[in-house]
Amino acid sequence: MEALNLGALNLGTALVILALAVWTVAARDTFAAVVGFVAYGLLLTLVWVQLRGVDVALTEAALGGGLTGAMLIGAAARLRRTEGAARAERPGVPTRVAAALLAGCVTAALAVAVLALPDPAPTLAPETAANIAATGVGNPITAVLLAFRAMDTLLEAIVVLFALIGVWSLAPDRAWGGRPGPLQRADPAGILAYLARVLAPIGVVVGVYIFWIGADRPGGKFQGATILAAMWLLAVMAGLVDTPPTDRSRLRIALIAGPVVFIAIGAAGVAFAGAFLAYPEGFAKLLIKVIEWALLPSLAVTLALIVAGAPERTET
Amino acid sequence: MSLALDLLTIGAVSAGAVFFLAGSVGLLRFPDTLTRLHALTKADNVGLGLVVLGLLPRVDGMLAGLELVAIWVLTLLAGAAVSQLIARAAQRGRPPR
Repeated sequence: MEALNLGALNLGTALVILALAVWTVAARDTFAAVVGFVAYGLLLTLVWVQLRGVDVALTEAALGGGLTGAMLIGAAARLRRTEGAARAERPGVPTRVAAALLAGCVTAALAVAVLALPDPAPTLAPETAANIAATGVGNPITAVLLAFRAMDTLLEAIVVLFALIGVWSLAPDRAWGGRPGPLQRADPAGILAYLARVLAPIGVVVGVYIFWIGADRPGGKFQGATILAAMWLLAVMAGLVDTPPTDRSRLRIALIAGPVVFIAIGAAGVAFAGAFLAYPEGFAKLLIKVIEWALLPSLAVTLALIVAGAPERTET
Repeated sequence: MSLALDLLTIGAVSAGAVFFLAGSVGLLRFPDTLTRLHALTKADNVGLGLVVLGLLPRVDGMLAGLELVAIWVLTLLAGAAVSQLIARAAQRGRPPR
């Protein structure tokens, strides 16, 4: 009975997700499509919970639904002025046929790739479980991200930084080094300021908690950093704080501190453990912790500034 | 005792589901922004509250129960604040979209 109920629930969720995905693509209105995308992210979160991938679920909810959603809403708001003109332009038949063909080919290739997977799927889970004791951490996801596949995580942290550089490079020349985003003029006694005052302290505690338990239970620096970034953005939107000028050297140091510590520890591994990003025996957990502590503030600042957008205002 | 708790769970969660359903129907069918917000808050506040109440006897330990209640309180806070913002935007004659 229980299996049957779960089967029905899974089938229902899958159908809703597919329908929502089609709707998001088909929606003509940009803002509506963004709302569809956020809801789609939250449903995917449910799927990950159902698959027992709580770490991935947290990441999907915080980054996929939350932060990306906020970015897309900002983009949709900026596009509103030009949307009428963009919608009036209908691509010609050849363009649309080509787009449909391309999308069809990608879908077919994905389907073939998924169907061609060997059964049972190849897995490194037993090896991870057998060697996790050497890292000293209890959460296998953290062990994979920061010990067995630390290189991926290092590159991920650097890619986020590159994304921020990409966002900043959209700044007009006169605003280079200025404060990101428009000046927020929310009512200081209004409901948004109230929400930011009440929610931000709670959110900071939750964010640090999610980061703190990441070594042994689902959670980690990316999810924690996203929550911290969201709380700061809330305070910015409520007009309680302003975004910092992007040419401030303290800010730049905060941005690169995490990746620099990560690279330094990785390079030290060459000298002390014989390979880049290898940890000496007995020091694995300590070094993983140091890396996580160094990455958390850098990631939080980087993610928040990506959402805040390109510099727009100079100090005058 | 355990039967009474089971009945509480079934009753409260079912009632919560009814509020969610009614809220969703209201959200789709009500004529303007303010009445739709009214329907939405019924689902969030009362529906989620009843579901949390029904799940409370199921959790192991005080802490997990407190977490559930905290989720409800945070949803109340966020829901009330966001409803205010949307209502204000609607009042300014600019639909929040």
